[in-house]
Amino acid sequence: MHIDIMNIVWAVVVLGAIGAVFGIVLAIASKVFSVGADSRGENILNILPGVNCGGCGFTGCALYAEAVSRGDVPVDLCAPGGRKTAEEIARLMGTDVPESDRMVAVVKCSGGTGALKRFEYDGIHDCRSADLVGGGPLECPSGCIGFGTCVEACPFDAIYLKDGRAVVDHEKCTGCLVCVEACPRKIITPFSYNKDVIIKCSSHERGAAVRRVCGAGCVGCSICKKECPSGAITIDGNLAAIDPEKCTDCGKCVSVCPRGLITHSRPQSGMNSGETM
Amino acid sequence: MSFTGLVSIALGAILIENFILVKFLGICPFLGVSKKMDTAAGMGLAVTFVMALASVFTWLVNHYLLVPLNLQYMQTLAYILVIASLVQFVEMFLQKSVPGLYRALGIYLPLITTNCAVLGVAVLNTTKGYNLLESLVYGISGGIGFLVAILLFSSIRERLEFSDHPKAFEGFPITLVSAGLLAMAFMGFSGLKIW
Repeated sequence: MHIDIMNIVWAVVVLGAIGAVFGIVLAIASKVFSVGADSRGENILNILPGVNCGGCGFTGCALYAEAVSRGDVPVDLCAPGGRKTAEEIARLMGTDVPESDRMVAVVKCSGGTGALKRFEYDGIHDCRSADLVGGGPLECPSGCIGFGTCVEACPFDAIYLKDGRAVVDHEKCTGCLVCVEACPRKIITPFSYNKDVIIKCSSHERGAAVRRVCGAGCVGCSICKKECPSGAITIDGNLAAIDPEKCTDCGKCVSVCPRGLITHSRPQSGMNSGETM
Repeated sequence: MSFTGLVSIALGAILIENFILVKFLGICPFLGVSKKMDTAAGMGLAVTFVMALASVFTWLVNHYLLVPLNLQYMQTLAYILVIASLVQFVEMFLQKSVPGLYRALGIYLPLITTNCAVLGVAVLNTTKGYNLLESLVYGISGGIGFLVAILLFSSIRERLEFSDHPKAFEGFPITLVSAGLLAMAFMGFSGLKIW
């Protein structure tokens, strides 16, 4: 069999040449037609914590950064980064951080182990079952039973039991409000994450009745209402209520409440102690 | 070549010998991006665009390089090279000069670099011995055929989403069955007489 070696050589040379020419043309074209890429996405990615938690709704920090750089989504969706990250991104994008209206859940009860029991409930360890048995084991009709139905309902592990009542960790809470539905006592309500002072009682009973059944319930004494410098507190059916619009989180009511049921939702150190002055 | 000849080539490529439904070329994007009508349209347009360009450039390469040098047996390799570089070049050019079109074609442009329908149109041009104009017409109409098929199929699939089919057929099985039925429908065009 005769093989013309030149045939193979030509094939290699010609195809190599075609490839080389195209390669060079492409290389030149990439320079000539280069488009200044929007580098903001990359810069935003550098600002983000990079934990890829997916809390923003995107599958990773890179995709969120890209969406922000296109201006499609708000700059404050990164929960791990918090407000500081949002402000940095906002500066890069030339926008303002929107007044975040993040809502968290709050369990409005201070009773816990201090609440008087009518009977010892020994059934299924679940608030909903307990609540069905004659309105629950507590004397107070709106006290936290403390069996942790909301703890189990919470998809984010943000609720824990402390001293016989449920407490929401506001850092973990995403405001999904699944617990609001789960609670048979209807004492979990939405609360603005940016606000601090909470009245932790839901009882509308008269003062004497509350005093009898609970060590911490609101008796409607009106001291907080009188002391509030911004007039944000009203007494509605023997229960103090704060108007979030007027409340300045000064913390005055927290210190004057004789029952100690008005509390700060944030740990009291650093920035808040300065504001209370 | 007369005008009727060109029309006959075009009709043949669009209906009688539709690239997807009769020749079964380019099935991958046909099944992959036919879920929604707008993405299907984007893909179809991109394929049409690339097919037209590819048929011209591969014809030039074949006619002025491969044939004189007796290298026709390297045809497939050379065509892939040409098409890949061409698509890359066009992508860069569009990004700079026609950003609107670039965004419309989007991800589909680089995706079809190695689409077998594109290579198929180039190879068929050579086998059928078309000249430059005929190649161009064949390429464009092949692309239009692709567009027609993928648009038809995407509208069928959008309806399938809400149809009440057996559980076992859910997803790809029903898609493939519908594709087969659509292909059978296109067999009807094989009887089409052209002048």
